[in-house]
Amino acid sequence: MMFLRYAVYRFVTMLLTLVVVSVMVFVIINLPPGDYLSNQIAELRATGQAEGVAKAEFLRTEYALDRPLWEQYLIWAGFAPGPQGFSGLIQGNFGWSFEFDRPVGEIVGDALWLTVLVNLAAVLFVYVVALPLGVVAAARSETWVDYSAAFVGYLGLATPNFLLALILFYYGHKYFDLPIGGLMDPIYEGEPMSWPKVKSILIHMIVPTFVIGTSGAAAMMQRLRANMLDELSKPYVETARAKGLAPAKLLAKYPLRMAFNPFVADIGNLLPAMVSGSVLVSVVLGLQTIGPFLLAALKSQDQFLAGFVLMFVALLTLIGTMISDMLLVLLDPRIRYGARGQ
Amino acid sequence: MTPLLDIQDLSIGFGTQGPVVDGVSFQVMPGQTCALVGESGSGKTLTCRSVLRILPDTAQVRSGSIRFGPGDTGQDLLMLSARSMRAVRGDRISMIFQEPMRSLSPLHRLGDQVAEVLRLHRRMRPPAARQAVLETFERVGFADPMRAFRAYPFEMSGGMRQRAMIAMAMVAKPDLLIADEPTTALDVTTQAQVLGLIKDLQQETGMAVILVTHDLGVVANMAETVVVMNKGRVMEQGPAAAVLGAPAHGYTAKLFAAAPMIPQVAAPARAPTHSDLILDLRGVSKTYSVRAGGWKKPLQVTACRDVDLALPRGKTLAVVGESGSGKTTCARIALGAEMPDPGGTVHFCPGQGMEQIHVHDMTRAQRTAFQRQAQMVFQDPYSSLSPRMRVQEALTEPMEIHGIGTRAQRRDKAAEVLRWVGLSPDMLGRFPHAFSGGQRQRLSIARALTLDPVLLVCDEPTSALDVSVQDQILTLLEDIRDRAGLSYLFISHDLAVVARIADEVAVMRQGVVVEQAPPDTLFYNPRHPYTKALIAAQPEPDVTRPIDLGLVARGAGTPDTWPEPYRFEGSVAPDLMELDPGHLVRCHA
Repeated sequence: MMFLRYAVYRFVTMLLTLVVVSVMVFVIINLPPGDYLSNQIAELRATGQAEGVAKAEFLRTEYALDRPLWEQYLIWAGFAPGPQGFSGLIQGNFGWSFEFDRPVGEIVGDALWLTVLVNLAAVLFVYVVALPLGVVAAARSETWVDYSAAFVGYLGLATPNFLLALILFYYGHKYFDLPIGGLMDPIYEGEPMSWPKVKSILIHMIVPTFVIGTSGAAAMMQRLRANMLDELSKPYVETARAKGLAPAKLLAKYPLRMAFNPFVADIGNLLPAMVSGSVLVSVVLGLQTIGPFLLAALKSQDQFLAGFVLMFVALLTLIGTMISDMLLVLLDPRIRYGARGQ
Repeated sequence: MTPLLDIQDLSIGFGTQGPVVDGVSFQVMPGQTCALVGESGSGKTLTCRSVLRILPDTAQVRSGSIRFGPGDTGQDLLMLSARSMRAVRGDRISMIFQEPMRSLSPLHRLGDQVAEVLRLHRRMRPPAARQAVLETFERVGFADPMRAFRAYPFEMSGGMRQRAMIAMAMVAKPDLLIADEPTTALDVTTQAQVLGLIKDLQQETGMAVILVTHDLGVVANMAETVVVMNKGRVMEQGPAAAVLGAPAHGYTAKLFAAAPMIPQVAAPARAPTHSDLILDLRGVSKTYSVRAGGWKKPLQVTACRDVDLALPRGKTLAVVGESGSGKTTCARIALGAEMPDPGGTVHFCPGQGMEQIHVHDMTRAQRTAFQRQAQMVFQDPYSSLSPRMRVQEALTEPMEIHGIGTRAQRRDKAAEVLRWVGLSPDMLGRFPHAFSGGQRQRLSIARALTLDPVLLVCDEPTSALDVSVQDQILTLLEDIRDRAGLSYLFISHDLAVVARIADEVAVMRQGVVVEQAPPDTLFYNPRHPYTKALIAAQPEPDVTRPIDLGLVARGAGTPDTWPEPYRFEGSVAPDLMELDPGHLVRCHA
């Protein structure tokens, strides 16, 4: 009951945060002088192509770019009626991409859920790898186990992702016959979902997951190890030893539970770090995620496309922090009963 | 009778250094209590941990044997396999640790943590284990065992947590209980009750106890035999009465001399003169709002209520109370670090005949001057000095901030205050980690003195120190006060410490002053049940004068359980009445 109320509370605050974020995203995108269309109009005028100017002028009024910034925002977000009535993010209309000359929704469509898929896989990879390695490294600290785990971890942190990607592609293809580039076999692109398509996607995801996840896993492992070492020196661990608990059980029941908090709290940070960190990787690996779109849109001031991608990343972050906050409440009674304790 | 535990020639060391426990031998008889006494670094904790083999990884047992078991069935614990040793831990030998705040896992319910012992060693099924735990909880004094079973440690006070620890140690009915400073982190009245509980349980179950402590008063109340340790060696051992009655070894005698004691002899009460006040708190209250989480209304917590305190120039006013009594809040308000609730005033008068300053309504210039004139000495010398600053930087920084003197003058001043506190000026280049706890506290005193203050607020300045070091620091503080004409506001939880240094003592409980008098009056003729409980709970190093638990229980409860005419009606407290000149007691007329 208490948890339910907290969940509702957390959800409401998330929505409010999202509104604030949308304002900031919009303002920041509009900070550089001019916009895509006015740049284009200036260019067309300079080269004397009058008919192009007319079309651009039409788009300017159509997308309300000639109105004051705050009105533009309200129309974009869907709080106020634009030239087509209420038609903004809230209503599911994500705007028009001037660069690609297509609606934003159409461009990013497939890329959206592929982004979610790849990044969820990477997050999962981070946790599956970091958890056992971090715990073992802490429990056997300053032995060869610890040192080799640290070595592998630093290697993962230090190798540039795209380099790792190229290396893995080469050897993966040579020895395991893994496909190179893309997130699915080109024959399935645009096809409806089917078993062979799922299989193709899964095989294509192995290398990207590994590449995107390694550095996160290495950092997470080091953090978990440090947390565990802190916890291991606390008196309650000694109490558990004096009780007669066997070492493995003791480790899992007491210090790990405590060291888990930061681990869980990181979910929120991990998601956006991976989305933005994987832009370069997506370009190198030719992944059909929204990373490359974001890059292109920012370069050409394609404001609706850039705004939508940024909002999407923000939404992922907020959902991530909401999940981690709710998990923390479930995991840690001190947070659950925060008001009653000290 | 054969001993239950027989430690012979035990030596423990770290790495390649010399031993830190060196040839220690002693025995513990079944059903008896053996006290292991010594100051920090004496090796007493390592010795008792080696019995359970839970030493730090880097420590090695170099020689010796630890035979455990009744009669001829004894076995050397040091020779057991790891698996058989785990069967001993928690089942036949259990342990209570010093810090109940941190010795329980904060994420698991108390019931679960205690029942784990039974699940491990008795293979009990959860319902049976739960039944046994509930019975033990009731035995150790939880009024509502079911609630305690479901509670998390952070929902309990320190005393209650220590009871839960005791329940955990007792639930499997061990032959030997090792209690490592079980009451050091507790308030004195709670300490008395916890010690009483351990003694009762011991009589019921016939277990033997090893009690590690630095407090000779605790020893006198608990132990049949005493082992005095210093620097890893046994200095003296024997029956408690003999060792405490007539210490044969010089070190034991020294420990005795250093232990602060509440004076037994009555001196006539003299009414203090309140003509020239350096600090004057009038009607000071402080209420905090605590966020209740979610959409709930914030809770109002009263830290102190309607406190009047007056500190005459050149004197020491001590404020005594348990944790949560509001004594530190008063000190912080007195220094202007915190605003009192509206209506309360604090006045400060830097010199005789000078203008009084309103501490919470100062101009910028007045504030700068006040910060020079009033300084503070903190409780924990380990965390109140920056580990990255050399002594010289730490001592000259206050003068730099106030723009006093040239570089050379500041350096000379730093060297001078170092001499005042009994340290040598050639220590100026060192970092704090090169100093012991007592030396660090001297450094913090020196730092407070560099600005030539007239008022020093000492917040538990000796609580983190060993007895013999505490004695030196108190002497130093008295010395400096008399030499430099300082006035002290002295915050402490320890009546015995205060007995020595204070000219007037105010006893606080739950945010209000319940009794206030010069120390001699207070100790000879305490009126308030809470003061009586504090005095009674103070363990005396004399086996013939055990703690009177009845007296402690009468005064240590909540104010609405105090006998008439001292009882509070709900949150309404009686007024402070002046019973004799200079002797204030909160009671109904």
